Amino acid sequence: MNTEVYKVGAVLDSSTSKTEQQNILALLDQGKNVILDLTECTYVSSAGLRVMLYAYKVAASSKLQVLLVGVSDEVRDVMKITGFAQFFKYFDTVEDCK
Amino acid sequence: MQRVDLFPTHEFEGLKLRAGRPYPFGATVIGNAVNFSIYSRYATACTLVLFHNHEHEPFVEIPFYKEFRIGNVFSMMVFDLDYENIEYGFRMDGPFNPQEGHRFDKTKILMDPYAKLIVGRDVWGTPPDWNCPYQYRSRVVFDDFDWENDQPLETPVNDLVIYEMHVRNFTCGAAAGVEHPGTFAGIAEKIPYLKELGVNCVELMPIHEFDEFENSKPSPVDGHMLYNVWGYSNVGFFAPKAAYASTGRFGMQVDELKNLIKQLHANGIEIILDVVFNHTAEGNENGPYISYRGIDNKTYYMLTPDGYYFNFSGCGNTLNCNNPNVRDMIVESLRYWVTDYHIDGFRFDLAAILGRDQNGCPMSNPPLLESLAHDPILGKTKLIAEAWDAGGLYQVGSFPSWGRWAEWNGKYRDAIRRFLKGDEHVLQDVKERLVGSPDLYASQNRGIKASVNFITAHDGFTLMDLVSYNGKHNEANGEDNRDGENNNNSWNCGWEGECDDPGINFLRHQQIKNAISLLMVSQGIPMVLSGDEMGNTQFGNNNAYCQDNEIGWLDWNNLEKNADLYRFFRQIIRFRRQHKVLRYEYHLGYCDFRNLGYPDISWHGVKAWEPASGYNNLTLAFMLNGRYAETDGQPDDFIYVAMNMHWEMHGFELPQLPEGMQWHVFANTGMASPNDICEPGRECLAENQHEILVGGRSMMIMVGKAPAPVVEATVPEKDSSEKETLEKETPAKEAPAKESKKK
Repeated sequence: MNTEVYKVGAVLDSSTSKTEQQNILALLDQGKNVILDLTECTYVSSAGLRVMLYAYKVAASSKLQVLLVGVSDEVRDVMKITGFAQFFKYFDTVEDCK
Repeated sequence: MQRVDLFPTHEFEGLKLRAGRPYPFGATVIGNAVNFSIYSRYATACTLVLFHNHEHEPFVEIPFYKEFRIGNVFSMMVFDLDYENIEYGFRMDGPFNPQEGHRFDKTKILMDPYAKLIVGRDVWGTPPDWNCPYQYRSRVVFDDFDWENDQPLETPVNDLVIYEMHVRNFTCGAAAGVEHPGTFAGIAEKIPYLKELGVNCVELMPIHEFDEFENSKPSPVDGHMLYNVWGYSNVGFFAPKAAYASTGRFGMQVDELKNLIKQLHANGIEIILDVVFNHTAEGNENGPYISYRGIDNKTYYMLTPDGYYFNFSGCGNTLNCNNPNVRDMIVESLRYWVTDYHIDGFRFDLAAILGRDQNGCPMSNPPLLESLAHDPILGKTKLIAEAWDAGGLYQVGSFPSWGRWAEWNGKYRDAIRRFLKGDEHVLQDVKERLVGSPDLYASQNRGIKASVNFITAHDGFTLMDLVSYNGKHNEANGEDNRDGENNNNSWNCGWEGECDDPGINFLRHQQIKNAISLLMVSQGIPMVLSGDEMGNTQFGNNNAYCQDNEIGWLDWNNLEKNADLYRFFRQIIRFRRQHKVLRYEYHLGYCDFRNLGYPDISWHGVKAWEPASGYNNLTLAFMLNGRYAETDGQPDDFIYVAMNMHWEMHGFELPQLPEGMQWHVFANTGMASPNDICEPGRECLAENQHEILVGGRSMMIMVGKAPAPVVEATVPEKDSSEKETLEKETPAKEAPAKESKKK
């Protein structure tokens, strides 16, 4: 499986979303599955949620996957409440994805 | 390819700008710009005020240049804004001349009337900083929610069972058992409960942004804080209440609400919003500047000739609904909630106001109501009017409808309540109410679907309180019990308030079962007040608008305490949904117009085919002919309902059924649970096919159908009293072979 791990910074919001989105989409553009490592990410804003969902949509249209690793309970809860959680598979560690 | 009209033409303090697009009003993301557009007929100048999130002071104030105004619309694009982290407002300059209706004040920062996200009251009950010059703050919304295949459900209106609820009161109680009490997410957690109950539509009391601190104060009785809990006081018409979202503190209330709606729809449950377009939270001339007053007072409000506020809402001001521009705002708001939130319907608070002209006079063909009735986007949206207002206009049965509008049927509530407590002179009225109020809705092709039937709603007693209190007990509201309705048509069954007398409590439960039975066998759209299914009490408070505590919150412990009520509600709701003959769209013929052997509906009394009509008569029965209600070519069952609101037991002679059919007992409210009701479709064959005995203040619901080949013992063994009911032998009269008309 052609997969690459992408480590998300401490905050995924409008201040970082443009760069993060470009980087993630570049990996998908190379035909790679993407493991988004959110272990160090403590806050995902509305803009950040859309970065993840857009990546999922792009991946799905190319039969690729976006997997999430290390999502904090609070971020996971927010994703669930706002309807963004259902699109993803979640893992504790990068190794668990394999 | 880049569009040339998205190229900046101006610069102000480092921000790139250009003339904006007048439509749509509000803030709209276009490419890498945000388009701000606002209408004011009388403003002479406008300034866009931008804040970093939660900051008291703006970081920039950008004047709308002369070339940024077309007609009476100021519009401007601002490029490269980090719009997730800004809040915006406007300053408007213009005349301050209250006698002429103008109250411009450029010292005020004003919320966008079209704001789709409003912050400032993000976490319920957190006291605001009143020193902040900008309290209710507009923000740009992320509106790209992924609905997947969701759409409004378009459930036929006559198939609805509406459940009226308050977002916060529904799950705030400690025993609610949800992770996110008092929020949209909390409702989502209760979807399995709603499905089990059997309702297929929730009607949310107002969820547009409002301020729970409006007129909040400590109760003079015991010092607890009184809030504006119900929210019938709009700050904005396009934004959801932030504090109703557990993610409101992150500004994610839009996504949280949309996700709730998506989940409700996935479970077959529609959502209707209670909308308040009759007034705003700005109050009268002593109220605050939030938005409308400072943007275009004379446009937005109905004003007296000397510039004061008409008060047809009872809340200080009246929205100028039939001003063409305010009318457009209302239509835009409703369209937005349907297109962007997939809302299935609206219930319009004090809707009679929407039919008043700009001077406050009722119109015969109000343009706003006509626009809504014919609007293309709202073409399949349920429109329900609370057809009265606080100015004395009462239009139940006469609300201008164009065949599209339904009404909260206040006359249904009043007649059924009086019948329940055994009033005289009510039987003729009750007969109209049970069959979809043809006296009110048979004209204009409105049909049964125009009648939203209810016995209780947020205004007034809960159902448990209706049978537990003769008078209101609103002392906790701090108004010396002056507030709230005085004419409740309630009866306490022998003791005022909660008591431990088993006989009184049994009677109260019996009366509640009578009430829900009447509601579910009535033609029309039934609406249940949230909590009635578990015997929720507000301790006699019939106007709990300000009680953010155990008075207003549902006590989920009642689900166990009053398990018999919950079971009864579940089964009677299921019964209604299984029987099409209870859910006609148009009014009945009262005769056998298709030559099916029996009229579609026939009236009876203690004697079959002979309904009594004396002023003091309290016994009534009707029979519905299931052959008039086919589903996929299969006729429904016959249904016979015997109502005895007299305090004495009466025998009811049963009409004879077509050959091959026999009477089965579905419900007997006079029996103790679980013998009071059975599972729909598994009714017990009545041992006496000719007469039933109906106890005092009781109802029996019978199903006429071919007996099942094997009778399953699904209903517990009947006790002796029911056997007595079923065993009394009396010959039944035969039905006329071709009944042309029986009443």
